[in-house]
Amino acid sequence: MSPDQAPLVAATGICKSFGRREVLHDVAIEVRPGEIVALIGPNGSGKSTLARILLGILAPTTGQVVRRPGLRVGYVPQRLPIDIVLPLPVSRLLTLTAPASREAMIRALEEVGAPDLLDESASSLSGGELQRILLARALLRDSDLLVLDEPTANVDFNGQIDLFELIGRIRGRHGCGVLTISHDLHLVMAATDRVICLNGHVCCEGVPGTVSKHPAYLQIFGPHAATSFAVYTHDHDHEHGLDGAVVPAHGHDHDHDHGHSHSHDHPHGRGGKTARP
Amino acid sequence: MILDSFLVYALLGGIGLAVVAGPLGCFVVWRRMAYFGDSLAHSALLGVALGFLLSIDLTFGIAGTCIVFALAIVGLQEQRRIATDTLLGILSHTALSVGLVALSLMGSMRVDLLGYLFGDILAVTPQDLVTIYIGGALALVVLAAVWRDLLAATVHEELARAEGVAVFRARLVFTLLLAVVVAISMKVMGILLITSMLIIPAAAARRFARTPEGMAVLASTVGILAVALGLSASLRWDTPSGPSVVVAAFSLFLLSLGLAALRERAHISPAPRSADRPGRTGP
Repeated sequence: MSPDQAPLVAATGICKSFGRREVLHDVAIEVRPGEIVALIGPNGSGKSTLARILLGILAPTTGQVVRRPGLRVGYVPQRLPIDIVLPLPVSRLLTLTAPASREAMIRALEEVGAPDLLDESASSLSGGELQRILLARALLRDSDLLVLDEPTANVDFNGQIDLFELIGRIRGRHGCGVLTISHDLHLVMAATDRVICLNGHVCCEGVPGTVSKHPAYLQIFGPHAATSFAVYTHDHDHEHGLDGAVVPAHGHDHDHDHGHSHSHDHPHGRGGKTARP
Repeated sequence: MILDSFLVYALLGGIGLAVVAGPLGCFVVWRRMAYFGDSLAHSALLGVALGFLLSIDLTFGIAGTCIVFALAIVGLQEQRRIATDTLLGILSHTALSVGLVALSLMGSMRVDLLGYLFGDILAVTPQDLVTIYIGGALALVVLAAVWRDLLAATVHEELARAEGVAVFRARLVFTLLLAVVVAISMKVMGILLITSMLIIPAAAARRFARTPEGMAVLASTVGILAVALGLSASLRWDTPSGPSVVVAAFSLFLLSLGLAALRERAHISPAPRSADRPGRTGP
């Protein structure tokens, strides 16, 4: 194994309890350079907790996390509510933890398709715009590992597809590893190399096609999940190219949406049900 | 006309305080810690009592008590057993009451309670000025050193932590800075009014700032103006100086609201931002 193929982050035997409730039990996960890994699972399955442990925000109760020495992490949190009382232009949000030149900032914004947002106030951004800015932050930091917590939570359907294509292109250009957390199954699957299905423990793991037919996966997400996944990949290949322009998250492109909305809504509802095996 | 020296001292003391209170007050506002600042100030009275009992310099007594109080709150917050505002409510009034009880038990000693509660800016001495300026300068230097970390932790604590910011250290340093500022401003503003100098100028500055740093500088400026206006009013109408400064600050806050409203009316461009941006060609 060549050295740069060593995992960016590898966790083994992770257990995490809050009080008496065990959220994670004996979980192992790793992300390698250039790999998009999707962590999926219903609400309360411990996905966000696991991500926080990998990021070093939380300490596991037991278990081990090994990060590659000098690993630079780009974290895109699920929500980033910016209080109106804090005057924060996008340029300051980009340089929140490390300085950067204006040219570098503009380049990063161009790469995520939001070049004209640099001097906007961060508290006035839409959900989709904010996600792009957060991705630009990760690019500016020259991150080896991107961790995105429910990146599509506040983005409409077309915006979600653009966002996943963007993430895929960033991976291709920068060779970074990507870990996305989601309960939006079909979208995740189309853009992903490897899926880890979590429900307190790792239920199943593998390439999207295999996982979507795995009995443990079907038990958690229901039999419809596999078909909605197939519908999505088909449409995705043929209909949705990204022109690099900003697509407002509140755009009302309903004629585009119709083909998807059935398959989109299904796993959403199911994800809410915590089916413990 | 030669200004009376006590007035010059008062003005210099107030200005020094306003300069430090501006940036710190911005963080108090951004982090929603107004009640925390109040509680910290209330604990200062206990510091006064301790200072008398141990016959040490009152500023050190107050600073020590405030630091212990601040650390206790930060420690108890980590427990997450009681909501922070409940915790602050318990500790702040207890500290104030214990301070009052302790002062009353000292019996024969006459203590100018009103002076501690509302400040006595006209009694500022050159020695007080030295305390204010040295303490204030130190506080500003330390704040500048943790500025980026503290701002990152204020925007999103987990994001900051994931990107390697020492969040707990930044929070701890900020809390200690607040304690120091409460201690040095006690003489000027008094226990009950200290928080106003942190919050009102910052709130007035908000509408006119585009960056966090801009808001900090503007808050200091508003504070200086409030001190100058308040002291002039106090001199002219013989009103209590501390409250006059607060009233002046509040007037400036109202003025800022009015100006902001006027400015918004002048720029008639309330169209949604995204509408005039390229890339949106409609469905």
